[in-house]
Amino acid sequence: MANLKGRNLISITDYTKQEYMQILELAAEFEANPRQELLKDKVIASIFFEPSTRTRLSFESAASLLGAKVIGFSNPAATSQSKGESLHDTIKMLSAYSDLIVMRHNKEGAARYAAEVSDVPLINAGDGANQHPTQCMLDLYSILKTQGKLDNLHITLVGDLKYGRTVHSLVQAMCNFNATFHLVSPVELKLPSSVKMHIKRAKLDYYQYTNIKDAVAVSDIIYMTRVQRERFSDPLEYEKVKDSCILDLATLEGCQESMRILHPLPRVNEITTDVDKTQNAYYFQQAKNGVYVRQALMAAILGIK
Amino acid sequence: MTTKNKKELIVSAIENGTVIDHIPVNAVLKVIKILGIDAHQDEVLIGMNLESKKYGRKGIIKVRNKYFEKSDLNKIALAAPHATLIVIKDYEVAEKIAVQIPNTIEKIVKCINPNCITNNEEMDTKFSVIEKEPLKIQCHYCEKTMTNIRFTE
Repeated sequence: MANLKGRNLISITDYTKQEYMQILELAAEFEANPRQELLKDKVIASIFFEPSTRTRLSFESAASLLGAKVIGFSNPAATSQSKGESLHDTIKMLSAYSDLIVMRHNKEGAARYAAEVSDVPLINAGDGANQHPTQCMLDLYSILKTQGKLDNLHITLVGDLKYGRTVHSLVQAMCNFNATFHLVSPVELKLPSSVKMHIKRAKLDYYQYTNIKDAVAVSDIIYMTRVQRERFSDPLEYEKVKDSCILDLATLEGCQESMRILHPLPRVNEITTDVDKTQNAYYFQQAKNGVYVRQALMAAILGIK
Repeated sequence: MTTKNKKELIVSAIENGTVIDHIPVNAVLKVIKILGIDAHQDEVLIGMNLESKKYGRKGIIKVRNKYFEKSDLNKIALAAPHATLIVIKDYEVAEKIAVQIPNTIEKIVKCINPNCITNNEEMDTKFSVIEKEPLKIQCHYCEKTMTNIRFTE
């Protein structure tokens, strides 16, 4: 069993397949028994240089369930950065006050840099458009929980595949598990070739579609993301394609019974609310799983589990 | 004097200094800028569109009384991947170094992503080389891959 004590988590590629599995097993233990005061002597710095409700509360909830003290900020305007302090100096100071730093930053690469500067381990809670590895871990956990395995699954990714960082990380991670990818997006928002490169390197198959209906029947997982109007230079183009990536009850016809729908949330209209009542909807449970995965990561990195 | 020697003397010999040979013609001015040769106070001889068996046409730069550091070699490799560096001492070839693209590039290249932390904080850049030909590098921090190389000032 790998020892994750003292390790950072910056990018999904930082951990091996075995290490993901170790975290997911530990997350299952926390799901069965979430209140364990394992970190009651620890201080966790939760520093959010850009607003994030869901991720921040999920981390802070995970830390509280483990009995840790949480310090930090959620509003960068209230920090010394607004007075011109460098990220280097902010991290140096915070690493003196805490045992672990959880950081979100609006600049890509900020997490990798902060981890190099910090004297304590750091978990990346999102760095600009780059990485959000704990979201990916909770996606993996949700897939494992609903399908009973991670290997040999048909994963359908829908929506904004060009800019969606959760999609990019999930593709990278699922390349370790012999997945077949079904990529549904408007032409303008296709998966970038730099991400397809991971699929090709792993010698796996992918299929591209412009309408979600064509991929529903084959899917084990449908991973929905939001198509944002502002991504289109021509508003008419958006109007033309906006309905091709919407999942409603009629679209679900013919899907496998065991298929589950995931979404990193927030949802706007890409999953109609009538889908929420189906056995296939899993997105709210998926968000809840984030707490257990983050408990597992914090406990493993602090060497308690 | 052999024919070979005559050819070498199209650009006259230097007593001490460095000869940078096998530069792609379109990269000669880039190499001059990268190495700061334009600010060199001593003699600099530049040859362009010279015949080359290997590359058809090539460029050559001879810099009198100047020797370069290893970090400078990396810079040359990024602009002129097949360049040869010849150290001349007393009209003799003291050392011949074929430049090589390193596996990692530190400090000398700028990330093309304006939202990368390296463009927003006072810090050194770092890249890993994903492909050497054509050159493709990845920022160690923001993970962006790029083929368009921009050097730091």
